[in-house]
Amino acid sequence: MNATRVAAIVLRQLYLFRGSPQRVLPIFAWVAVDILLWGFITRYLNTVGRSGFDFVPALLGAVLLWDFLTRVMQGVTMAFFEDVWSRNFLNFFATPLRTSEYLAGLVITGVGTSLMGLIVMLAVAWLAFGLSVAGYGLALAPFLMVLFLTGVALGIAGAAIVLRLGPASEWLIWPIPTLVSPFVGVFYPVAILPAWMQAVSRVLPPTYVFEGLRAVVSGKPAPWDRLALGLGLAVAFVLMACLVFAGVYRHAIRSGLIARYSAETVS
Amino acid sequence: MRPPGHAVPDRPNIAAIRAILSVERLCKSFGDLRAVDRVSFRVAPGEIVGLLGPNGAGKTTTINMILGVLAPTAGRIEIEGVDLGAQRGRALARTNFAAVYAPLPGNLTVEQNLRVFGMIYAVERLSQRIEELLAAYDLVRFRKTKAGVLSSGEQTRLSLAKAMLNRPRLLLLDEPTASIDPSSARDIRAGIAEYVEAGHCGVLWTSHNMVEVETVCDRVLFMSRGRILLEGDPKTLAGEHGVASLDDLFVAVAHKP
Repeated sequence: MNATRVAAIVLRQLYLFRGSPQRVLPIFAWVAVDILLWGFITRYLNTVGRSGFDFVPALLGAVLLWDFLTRVMQGVTMAFFEDVWSRNFLNFFATPLRTSEYLAGLVITGVGTSLMGLIVMLAVAWLAFGLSVAGYGLALAPFLMVLFLTGVALGIAGAAIVLRLGPASEWLIWPIPTLVSPFVGVFYPVAILPAWMQAVSRVLPPTYVFEGLRAVVSGKPAPWDRLALGLGLAVAFVLMACLVFAGVYRHAIRSGLIARYSAETVS
Repeated sequence: MRPPGHAVPDRPNIAAIRAILSVERLCKSFGDLRAVDRVSFRVAPGEIVGLLGPNGAGKTTTINMILGVLAPTAGRIEIEGVDLGAQRGRALARTNFAAVYAPLPGNLTVEQNLRVFGMIYAVERLSQRIEELLAAYDLVRFRKTKAGVLSSGEQTRLSLAKAMLNRPRLLLLDEPTASIDPSSARDIRAGIAEYVEAGHCGVLWTSHNMVEVETVCDRVLFMSRGRILLEGDPKTLAGEHGVASLDDLFVAVAHKP
């Protein structure tokens, strides 16, 4: 892998952000609004709840982590969509650029944008609702890593779907986190789900993050073995997503899709 | 006939020189449609080869295969002896292209586009190279302008500047002067001819402008229905086939069953 070519892909995205406040604002704005919304909901639940259960770390913490995954995925797919919208595939792929270098550039861009979003979320959650993750320290890293890798995998898979089906399929990509969230128990234990949904949830890495989060919040030790399983699954998801993208790219090279990629020509 | 002020070099003896581009029995099928059918040709160093033919003849399909964005059904492409199928990165590092249907990202400025693509092609002393190309293609005043707001002629000049970034050994030009006024088109033809005559590269040039083809090309290949039907010197080919001009020959080839 050539680092300069990866840097070129990242630089292209930096140029776009530098000259475009409308691209920068969504990185912060929506996650801040989400944290405010859920912060007030959890505060309200604390006032009406009689169990003494503190909803702030359980619900607001879960929203924060889920938004992080969503931001990682969208960071990767948005970077890809920039090339869809500017019909740039022919220019990029008629060069020595490899798909692995292109994907690495997209992922690095996604890391940058999602970290900025995470910092804003942490700041709002702490300043407005007193939710501090500082106490968890490095113990939080494996949780974030599982979500980060899952977000990367979903982002690459989303890019593969759009490359295969055409720009109009972009609208299939945005709801993916919403479709996944009921299965991974962002807001409730997966034990409450019907058996078939629990079977699905067991193969989804974020399940182990949110189950672990609830364990920690309720004063139990973090289930590191379950998190390790989630991490392994997340790595497998990334590898599978890369293989799917590579397969779709090979198909696009065989069929001529890369050469004639546009909203009107993709069937 | 080369553009004024540019000496015509002796036509290269292709057999004696290692080709910049070698295409052997290239085929591309889309289902039952044979878009390109056993096409073979070479481009020698210092040679400009015109690839001509009506719409749908297979010219752009051939160029897309040489650019590595379309996999051949059969056949072999070598760029300076490097097999494109086996060593795609090495082969494409010495290639570049400009095409009217592949504008550079409109949301980057002229300078940003050149920098990004210069990095992808690993151009040494990139900043200096960018300045040279901005000057050569009269883009200095547009360096901070988004490519999307340039006129079509200015966008074409930017595409050509991008195509020269890595000093390619093989330059693929698909109707490079289609949106340019005659004066700018003449300057651009002269610039490319000068680059080629310095021995820097070979060029495969498609155009529907037969005057341009006759002016700039050393050899032409006429394609129709995926096959090369005629090949020869653009200055003599029409006479050899009993017609008055390349335009007439083009029409005759296009209507050939």
